[in-house]
Amino acid sequence: MSFFLVENLTKKFGGLIANNNISMEVEKGEIRGVIGPNGAGKTTFFNLVSGFYRPTSGKVSFKGNTISGLSTNKIARLGAVRTFQRAALFTDFTVLENVSIAQHMNTNSSLLNAIFGHDNHREAESLERAEEIIEFLGMQQERDTMADNLSHGLQRQLGVAMALATEPELLMLDEPVAGMNSGEKAVMVGMIQKIRDKWGVTVLLVEHDMRTVMNLCEKITVLDFGQKLAEGSPEEIRSNPKVIEAYLGADDSVT
Amino acid sequence: MLKFNLSNHLLVGSLVVIVFFVVAPNLVSAYRLELLTIFLINVILAQSYRLMATTGDWTLCHYILMGVGAYATGVLAKMAGLPFYVVMPMACVVTAFVSLLFAIPLSRTLGFAFFIASFALGEFVRHVWLKFHYPFGGARGINGIPKLEIGQGGEWYFIDFWDSQNFYYFTLIFTILALMILFRIDRSRLGNAWKSIYSDRELSESIGIDVAKSRIMVFCVSGFLAGLAGSLLAYQIGSIDPHNFEMVEMVYLIIWCVVGGVKTFWGPLIGVLSMSVVFELTRPLAEWRPALFGLILILFLVLLPGGLETLPARIRAMLNKTSKQREAG
Repeated sequence: MSFFLVENLTKKFGGLIANNNISMEVEKGEIRGVIGPNGAGKTTFFNLVSGFYRPTSGKVSFKGNTISGLSTNKIARLGAVRTFQRAALFTDFTVLENVSIAQHMNTNSSLLNAIFGHDNHREAESLERAEEIIEFLGMQQERDTMADNLSHGLQRQLGVAMALATEPELLMLDEPVAGMNSGEKAVMVGMIQKIRDKWGVTVLLVEHDMRTVMNLCEKITVLDFGQKLAEGSPEEIRSNPKVIEAYLGADDSVT
Repeated sequence: MLKFNLSNHLLVGSLVVIVFFVVAPNLVSAYRLELLTIFLINVILAQSYRLMATTGDWTLCHYILMGVGAYATGVLAKMAGLPFYVVMPMACVVTAFVSLLFAIPLSRTLGFAFFIASFALGEFVRHVWLKFHYPFGGARGINGIPKLEIGQGGEWYFIDFWDSQNFYYFTLIFTILALMILFRIDRSRLGNAWKSIYSDRELSESIGIDVAKSRIMVFCVSGFLAGLAGSLLAYQIGSIDPHNFEMVEMVYLIIWCVVGGVKTFWGPLIGVLSMSVVFELTRPLAEWRPALFGLILILFLVLLPGGLETLPARIRAMLNKTSKQREAG
């Protein structure tokens, strides 16, 4: 049984074939990057595997369960959690509260428990685990800041912290360093490595920024025009003539 | 096991308010006492509507849900002749069930579509009351709902709730209970998960919150409490008809929530209180009154979006700004 398996995944929007017959396999504990020039179908691919789109044909399976066609919350409950390209967070809440809300599915918060039980979101035991995650990711200073007031880099970090709070086995990151400066990128790369190394979470990321992907990922899948163009280690990808050709003129940062 | 983590001044404040409402019958006329009873019922209604709004779902059918509770009370108390302690829970459950029937199709819609579809469903129910003489009494509704009483005349524990003071206390107890439940939900993890749906639906879904299920659940809990308000109303006025539950009542409910705000637990309370005072003071305006309330709604939406509950924060921000300017100048 493969950990995460994509088989012949195809998505058509009317006459447009956004993803065509893509297959790939991600092993447990891997950091996998999916790259491609603009319009290669990366975002469609990401939305398919995370349950936001339903595939036209083909299937995605995770730990032996077919997840394509399931709603995002069910996929999250199976242990595959996604983040967003935009800074997605609960703006009216503090950093700590955001992380605490993200633990929702691992808590026994039922209606009866809320009314008669000990389910108070301010109680210490509810926040213990959230504190742990914030400390792990080095965000203690921002603990009580309203999420809305964080810088872009910190907002994106918080997005990852929230995904982590759900205790996933597979973390799917949608362009984790988009719009960041080099300092913020370095922090994010360190954070992703730490998540895999210390917590053993498998990471699948879709990213535009070549340098980040080359530094971070052990294996890279390249998409172009909705199809899989190449797959291999960063060195293999860097020297692959098909990849160089696809990126030529569009992005010359393949170094 | 009710356990409160209230800060002290909140506890003191709540006690002061409760004491006021307990001694109120000795301070006001019988007519005013009826108004206070209606006020308490409106508090339950507005506060249950706020629960709906926590997930971002503003409906146009909440008054109809109150009506379902009232009609269920009328039918069960008058036709089936059941005592209040059976009727009231059943009225709440019936309303919650009707809410479930509403919520299942509505949970597939969002925003404006949700708003309008809820109106359509509500009107459908109102027309059912109008069209079916049995058991709803058609346009004339249900009259002579049996009075609420504990025990029989002559027994030592006999309490007749036809007496407005007794009924007032009866309503007060249920209002406090409803507010306690809603306060607990507001402060719970579950409550936070529901609020997160309003904040960012896609994100809630991605961290494993079943958004559709949560919205249905909120609808049902909110409906349950609207049913309680309706049941109390039916017992208080003794007769109900479809005109009690027209669109204009829904508009008043929305005005309370817009004027008070729905972000915090206190918003709708402030809204109902301030608008009830305005409502009583403007009695001489007669048919001009709806126009005034329309104007208030528009003014609040334009000048104070977020309602009165945001006023302290706004004033604080303004004071900070002027003091900074003074320092700079």
